[in-house]
Amino acid sequence: MIPLWWFLALAAAMFCLGIYGVLSRRNAIGILMGIELMLNAVILNLVAFWRYLNPSVVSGQVFAIIVLAVAASEAAVGLALIISVYRRRGTVVAEEIDLLKW
Amino acid sequence: MTLLQVFFLVTAAVMLVGSWLVVTSRRLVHAGLWLILVMAGVAAMLVILEASFLAVVEVLVYIGAISILIIFAVMLTRRVMDDSGPQSTPMWWVAGLVSLLLLGGLLAVFARMPSLLVSSAELPADQATLLSDLGRSLVDANRFVLPFELASILLLAAMVGAIFIARPEAGVEGGEDK
Repeated sequence: MIPLWWFLALAAAMFCLGIYGVLSRRNAIGILMGIELMLNAVILNLVAFWRYLNPSVVSGQVFAIIVLAVAASEAAVGLALIISVYRRRGTVVAEEIDLLKW
Repeated sequence: MTLLQVFFLVTAAVMLVGSWLVVTSRRLVHAGLWLILVMAGVAAMLVILEASFLAVVEVLVYIGAISILIIFAVMLTRRVMDDSGPQSTPMWWVAGLVSLLLLGGLLAVFARMPSLLVSSAELPADQATLLSDLGRSLVDANRFVLPFELASILLLAAMVGAIFIARPEAGVEGGEDK
């Protein structure tokens, strides 16, 4: 069978690619895509730990479901904010949304 | 090397290439489509891990809802960055350095933990029992009913908030046409 650390290494690589996307993208929607990648990596991690370390307790799967709900609400609110900002200021570039910056 | 391991490696390679394209591709619509591929890979991984319910939920919620939402948002805000100009910040190399350092640190930690070498654990019962236990634990007052209800309230609040924020201003027809 597959060793646990294979899954962990895959999830870690996905998480780091997500961080790279969050930090380097200029488009706010691209930043959100990076966040989705990171949340997917977290789900993979949680389920892998559940399966290999304690498969008789369902808490790993429950936490993965909670992460899913958080991801869904985060995507909805984040995209609504981006569309609202786009309407008012005509831009989705993160560095041009600088009203609160000084 | 068993067939399952070969399948894992191929899927993992596809997922990593897909993730790389999600964070680097110039056209955001393409990035969204690559994101769908990565999510399908995660669903396949959940199937390998025998979390059948979560695999289906991953397909439904992530591929079915979130990625479509993202692609919609990309299309609604398309004209601004329309694939011209640089798509990444001038400091992208710092971002790459940070993420590479984090990856190196994580892998170093994994290498030092012998407990991560476990390669199998028996599922206690058949899948149906496990699934019904998962369902019961979400509404059991002694287990996870509180996080479950909190998640539903969070989803409701996020939905109301999203509608309120994205609503066009009163009296403005077709608000997004500037």
